Amino acid sequence: MADGVDVQALTAWVREFDRLVAEHEGELTGLDAAIGDADHGANMHRGLTAAVAALAGTPPADPAALLKQVGMTLISKVGGASGPLYGTLFLRMAGAVGTDEVDAATYARALRAGLDGVLARGKAEPGDKTMVDALGPACDALDQEMAAGGSLAEALRRAATAARQGRDATVPMLARKGRASYLGERSIGHQDPGATTTALLLDAAVTTLGGEG
Amino acid sequence: MARVGLVVVSHSRALAEATVALAQQMLPGRELAIQVAAGTEDGGLGTDAVAISAAITAADAGDGVVVLMDLGSAVLSAETALELLADDLRERVLLSAAPLVEGLVGAAVVAAGGADRARVGAEALLGLAPKQAHLG
Repeated sequence: MADGVDVQALTAWVREFDRLVAEHEGELTGLDAAIGDADHGANMHRGLTAAVAALAGTPPADPAALLKQVGMTLISKVGGASGPLYGTLFLRMAGAVGTDEVDAATYARALRAGLDGVLARGKAEPGDKTMVDALGPACDALDQEMAAGGSLAEALRRAATAARQGRDATVPMLARKGRASYLGERSIGHQDPGATTTALLLDAAVTTLGGEG
Repeated sequence: MARVGLVVVSHSRALAEATVALAQQMLPGRELAIQVAAGTEDGGLGTDAVAISAAITAADAGDGVVVLMDLGSAVLSAETALELLADDLRERVLLSAAPLVEGLVGAAVVAAGGADRARVGAEALLGLAPKQAHLG
C-alpha cells in the first residue's frame, strides 16, 4: 500500500468518525450527563453529520481544503465546547498539510499541530480530564512509531491504543476544565466524554487511513 | 465620539435577547446597536463561531467591538471567531471577562455615551461592583 493519505481517505476518515459517534451517541451523552450538560453525543453527531453532508455537497479538491472545511463546519454546527476544540484540531491540521497527498510523517505532524491547537484553545493540561488526555498520548505514540520506522498503519494502531488507554485513565481524574469542573470531586470516577470521542477519532483513523479500509 | 459596537454571545437566544432588552432599558431615546450570536440553527442551546464572527463584523463601525459572553463554549467559540476575522478588525475586538448581564448593562451605558473601547471594556468589568457593594 502507499503510505500516504489522499482526499478519498480523509473523507472516509471523517465519515467513519461520524458513524462511530452516531453509534456511540447515547453512551457519549450518558457520560456527559454524569459530569456535564448531557449534550456531547448529540452535539458531535450534529456537527459531524453536517461535515459529512458538506463533504458530499462540495467535495474539496485537496487535503488542506478538506480539513479546513471539516473544521469550519464543526466550529459552526456542534454548538458546545467540542465545536471550537475539534474545529480547531481540524483547522490546525489543515494548516499543517498541503494540497498534495499527505505522507505519514506529515500526517503525524498535522495531528500534533491539531493537539497544539486544542491545548491553546482549551488551555487544558494533561491530567485535567479532557480530550487532551487521549489526544496527547495518541500523538506521542504516533511519533514514536514513525521515528522507529513503522508504517502509518502500525503507527495509527499504536496511537489508537494509546488514545483508548488515555481515555480510560480519565476515570479517576478530577475535572479541571469545562462544565465538569463545576462538579469538583464529584467528577472523579467518571470517564471523560471528550476523551472518549477522541478515542473514536483514532479508531476511525486506523480503519480508513492505515490502508486497511 | 467613539461608536463601539457590542456583541452578546450566549448558548441561548432567549437569554441573549432578554439580556439585550434589559440593557436597552437603560438607554431611553438613545441608539445603540447590540448584535446577538446565540443558540444553534435549530433553536437549541449552543454557540457558533462563524455566527459570532459575522456579528462582530456587523457590530463594528470602525471603533471596534466589545464582546460579552455567557460561559463555556461561548468563550471558546468567541476566541475561535477572532481567527476568522480580518487582521485589522481582530485588533479592534475586546473579549470581556465580565459577567454577561451586569457587564452588558455597564458596557451599554457608556458605549451609548460615546466611550472608547477600553472604557467600555473597563465598565463591563465593573458591572458586578454595585451588587458586591450592596451585598457586602
